[in-house]
Amino acid sequence: MTERNLSIRKLIPARVYAVWAVLVALSILGPVLGVEGRGMLWAEIALLTLAVVKVRFVGLDFMELRHAPRPMRFAFEAYCLVLWGLIVGLYLGL
Amino acid sequence: MSGVEAFPPAQVADEQTGRIPGEAGLWVFIFGDMLIFLAFFASYLVERAEDPALFNASSQSVGLTIGLVNTIILLTSSLMVAAGVSAYRGGARRIARWMFVMALLCAIAFTILKVSEYAHLIGTGHGPGSNSYFTWFFVVTGTHLMHVLIGFLTLGMMISRAGRDEPVEKGQALIEGAGCYWHMVDLLWMVIFPLLYLLS
Repeated sequence: MTERNLSIRKLIPARVYAVWAVLVALSILGPVLGVEGRGMLWAEIALLTLAVVKVRFVGLDFMELRHAPRPMRFAFEAYCLVLWGLIVGLYLGL
Repeated sequence: MSGVEAFPPAQVADEQTGRIPGEAGLWVFIFGDMLIFLAFFASYLVERAEDPALFNASSQSVGLTIGLVNTIILLTSSLMVAAGVSAYRGGARRIARWMFVMALLCAIAFTILKVSEYAHLIGTGHGPGSNSYFTWFFVVTGTHLMHVLIGFLTLGMMISRAGRDEPVEKGQALIEGAGCYWHMVDLLWMVIFPLLYLLS
């Protein structure tokens, strides 16, 4: 079987494309929130939360940590939680 | 498809104990780097809190277009890498190689846009020494850019390795590990863009 006969669709999980599309959509949403919601607390917190959601998608689906051993997955999820808590907390002046 | 897996091994292992993408040692570096940037982000927000008006006004003078385009470029490069790693594991080394080449082209495009952004900012009097915000802007995005430049080497290694005529199992760890390094570069930008360009 030559590479010419291999289907890209069969080689690459559909989820990879789906995650990319979601990430691009969320990235476009970011400036909308940043500009339209300028100065509004809910918009700024949503912006920071979206950033961590995107970090999580990249880690779990592109870096394949979704399939990693539990301690590694746990370490990454803990990182996301700490990241979110830190950036939102410091932004709010906590 | 005889001799070729339709799905990458990672999905099979998910039902068992999980598998580490690449080499375990590389993950010490990746997590360490992510922690260093976590400290960067925290320090930036602490300093921002001392003069939010300055930081808000300064960030508004940085255009959003390049930052947003660069975000989409990096995400697309990660898609290329993820797709290339899957293709490599499935035995399609030539397809994988082309994916990695496209990822490298994205990295080059990101760098060109970033340098032009720096040139514009410096040309309009917003260089690294102009105020605290721009010092942080250039330090954080500059450090990230250095990671992108290192990524040129790692993507180059992936392109080279995918071109080698050897069993997939021999090159898999390097391909996956280098791929994860590139995704980390993308991951860090997911925070840098909103934090430095959008937050007010």
